[in-house]
Amino acid sequence: MAEYEPVLLANIHKLDSHRLATYEAAGGYRTLRRVLAEQSPAEVIEVVRASNLRGRGGAGFPTGLKWSFLPEDHPGPFYMCVNADESEPGTFCNRVQMELDPHQVIEGIILGCYATRASTAYVYLRYEYPLALERLESAMAECYEKGYLGKNILGREFSLDIYVHRGAGAYICGEETGLIESLEGRRAWPRIKPPFPAVEGLFRKPTVINNVETLTCVLHILDRGVDWFKSIGTPSEPNNPRDPGSYGPKLYGISGHVNRPGLVELPLGIPCRELIEEYGGGVRQGRRVKAVVPGGLSTGVMTEAELDTPLDFNGPLRVGCLGLGTAGVIVLDETYSMIDFLHNSCRFFAHESCGQCTPCREGTHWAVAMLQRIKAGRGRLKDLDLLLEIADNIGIIPGTTICGLADGAAWPIKTAIRKFRSEFEDFIRRTNPAGYLDRQPPQAMAMVAPHGNGSTRSEARSLKHEIRKK
Amino acid sequence: MPTTEPHLSDEIRTAIRAYFPRYPNRRAVVLPALHVVHQRLGHVPHEAVVEIAEILELAPAEVLDTLSFYGFFKQDKPMGRLRVWVCRSISCAACGGEVLLEHLCRRLGVRPGETTPDGRITLEFAECLGACDHAPAMLAGDTLYKKLTVEKIDEFVESLRS
Repeated sequence: MAEYEPVLLANIHKLDSHRLATYEAAGGYRTLRRVLAEQSPAEVIEVVRASNLRGRGGAGFPTGLKWSFLPEDHPGPFYMCVNADESEPGTFCNRVQMELDPHQVIEGIILGCYATRASTAYVYLRYEYPLALERLESAMAECYEKGYLGKNILGREFSLDIYVHRGAGAYICGEETGLIESLEGRRAWPRIKPPFPAVEGLFRKPTVINNVETLTCVLHILDRGVDWFKSIGTPSEPNNPRDPGSYGPKLYGISGHVNRPGLVELPLGIPCRELIEEYGGGVRQGRRVKAVVPGGLSTGVMTEAELDTPLDFNGPLRVGCLGLGTAGVIVLDETYSMIDFLHNSCRFFAHESCGQCTPCREGTHWAVAMLQRIKAGRGRLKDLDLLLEIADNIGIIPGTTICGLADGAAWPIKTAIRKFRSEFEDFIRRTNPAGYLDRQPPQAMAMVAPHGNGSTRSEARSLKHEIRKK
Repeated sequence: MPTTEPHLSDEIRTAIRAYFPRYPNRRAVVLPALHVVHQRLGHVPHEAVVEIAEILELAPAEVLDTLSFYGFFKQDKPMGRLRVWVCRSISCAACGGEVLLEHLCRRLGVRPGETTPDGRITLEFAECLGACDHAPAMLAGDTLYKKLTVEKIDEFVESLRS
């Protein structure tokens, strides 16, 4: 493959990349000028629709289609919510974009708002990104001064205000309707859909929610054209007329046991092995890969044998993962225990479950309790089937839960136990030689608060203490 | 117990009201208002909830409802002057984050969620700081500490003493 020239990350290595002057010197805001002068909102939507751009936030829903759901005859106002609540473990692409190229993000937001006729945009920014907040706010101030934001942008009819709304450390606020509820000043409990936000969203008005990276893709589609965008990535499957394909550039975050963790921009569909070897610098200390999370924790794990999977929207599905997700690739080497991995994953989702739906609230907590028990040397082989039963049943949509969190929590369980079952079984046999075949309900044991004292070591210690007392 | 003195200063009230023009209703100002109070007082005590509700023309229960959802906000007593988050999610954990969290707990003599007796530090575990490329990571106030090691944590603890 010829060397790919980054577009989304083209500016980040420049000196003062976050300043307006730097951005304009590289041609910044010229697309905004041209589009406002030459294209109507409907035409912009048509361009984005023709590009088959799919949302970069995790679900991969076609952006143009999402925009076209907005009602034609609504008196307004329309709202744009920019999802910058990036909290999926392994994902950090939005952070880098907002910190190092905030003007690109803002230009994308303005164009998105122009297309969707929104006159107010809220950037829902997770609290843990103070530098992104600072950079966005100072970039916005520059824009107001320059007339890119505010009333009658560049002398046209179109007006727009952008506000940054800070989150408060809750993963669920990344779910579209959880984000809306949180913005409205309530607990971030996802809403039952329909109505979808495009019809009735923020403040009960038509609302579009787009990810930061998605909006920057919109900018480049409008700048370089649909043909450019579709020349990159994986085309639609010819025998599936409903497959929108995986076109365009994508930001891949590489973390975990690699020599060079970081963010790279590549055409969608790069094989996972190539990503790790070429762009992640290979596995640390020359070790072998044991497992790879292809796109943020909730997508599950792939094995070493599955590493040639292309990382596009369909690739991870073919090896039994949830999908491409956020393309946050987490590499685990052969020394890392899958029991630790799964315990960590279950603990995360149990902590982040909003508690609204019973299967998710209870399922995620029981899963972490069982894994704690396994880690403490009291696991039974039966537990693995029980965990799978939880995983196969907590997140069926529609049916069990309102949003996708439970489904996301289930994939690491399903994939880790099914693909690494012998490791789990060996661990249970080794650590609980007397009781691994036990089929009776386990003796009640005082639960260690899974979040109260934080570290697994002390959890294990107090568990042992607990066991000794019995 | 009624008090004559309001809990929230004029400065806090002005800072909260500054958010009004951003949203079409006052309910949406709950989260920004909680941040304003939390940042200045180190927690959101019950009296503050009542006064925030007054400013936003809501029932105190509505503010408390939102407040209690976000574990981010302290309610009982003020946090330390610096809040330190050590990431324990998978990318950081795989690179030793949990061991480092445990080490910092020992050095400071507190568990996650607790404040040191001198009121300097509140230690927290974080569920993914979104800094996986810098794993293991720690956020202290607004400063991100990258590629943490035991030595860097020791240095950090020493720097607090001076």
